[in-house]
Amino acid sequence: MILDTYDHRLIAALEQGLPSVPRPYREIGERVGLEETQVIERLKALREAGLISRFGIVVRHHTLGYHANAMVVWDVPDEEAAALGELLSALPHVTLCYRRRRAAPHWPYNLFCMIHGHNRDTVEAQIETLTRECGLNTFPRAVLFSHRRFKQCGARYAHTAKPENATLESAAPNRDSQRASRGQQGNVA
Amino acid sequence: MTPPLPDSTDAPRLSEMEKRILNAFQDGFPLVPDPYAAMARELGTEEAEIMEILDSLRERGILDRIGPLLRPHRAGWSTLAAMNVPSERLEQVADMVSTNPHVNHNYERDHEFNLWFVVTAPDKEAVEGVLRSLAQETGLDALNLPLEEAYHINLGFPLS
Repeated sequence: MILDTYDHRLIAALEQGLPSVPRPYREIGERVGLEETQVIERLKALREAGLISRFGIVVRHHTLGYHANAMVVWDVPDEEAAALGELLSALPHVTLCYRRRRAAPHWPYNLFCMIHGHNRDTVEAQIETLTRECGLNTFPRAVLFSHRRFKQCGARYAHTAKPENATLESAAPNRDSQRASRGQQGNVA
Repeated sequence: MTPPLPDSTDAPRLSEMEKRILNAFQDGFPLVPDPYAAMARELGTEEAEIMEILDSLRERGILDRIGPLLRPHRAGWSTLAAMNVPSERLEQVADMVSTNPHVNHNYERDHEFNLWFVVTAPDKEAVEGVLRSLAQETGLDALNLPLEEAYHINLGFPLS
């Protein structure tokens, strides 16, 4: 699927979310120069093409009580990564799983997963279990718990506009805990 | 496939209707002219109640937004980056990184590489440009760890 200018505008207009009005797609359409029906048809097409992986309510998981977040990484042979990734993905506490490029010599790890849980002890136990269950014991591993969140907001794919552009509002630096928790779980770089 | 809501004392109290809304519409949000009315029809309530509840969830910091999550590397480009920041400079460097509008997640993690952030931009060159300018501003090089293959992307958090 080839995206045109309007698709990109539409995606950019939705970075802040649907407005809280009875006809939100009409309002989005007015911002990007499309009819309401065109907005809806384009979003359906993007969803069907898989470019949009989900469309709906994005919750702030931290506010919902998920306080412990670990990124667990392994150095596995690239050709085994997909099979191990599938095993990990089937486990209930794994929220994200992917293979990334290594950055030798500082970063030898290629298989990544993210685990969210109520507290650190629980998550540590889950990591030991999943390492054993997936047969990952023999591979070099690192566990990186998160501490401070300096920033978390929706992805910004559009070109950076002038600083006074209102859509940059959420990108301003801040540590306010509520605003810093903006974001979604499904964000994958 | 996703963990149940932890039994946490500081987790927010949600009404039954709030839970039904959150469980039903983290994906498959209605793509019709009047989506809030469509939700109301599905859940047996009124459009006004749905809109009030969504506004309330937003005000309480539970709902971030309603919108799309994009598959990586289709409509744009992104990468995960990490810096090894001397601890006495961490806050300063984190601020410099967060100020860049193309950085959307920026976390401290307990590792030699202690600052982890996600950069998104229209294309690969733009992402690399952001990394170069951050390196210039901070005097620190970042690891560039682009996605090669996604196995699992969370599709929402179930609320029990």
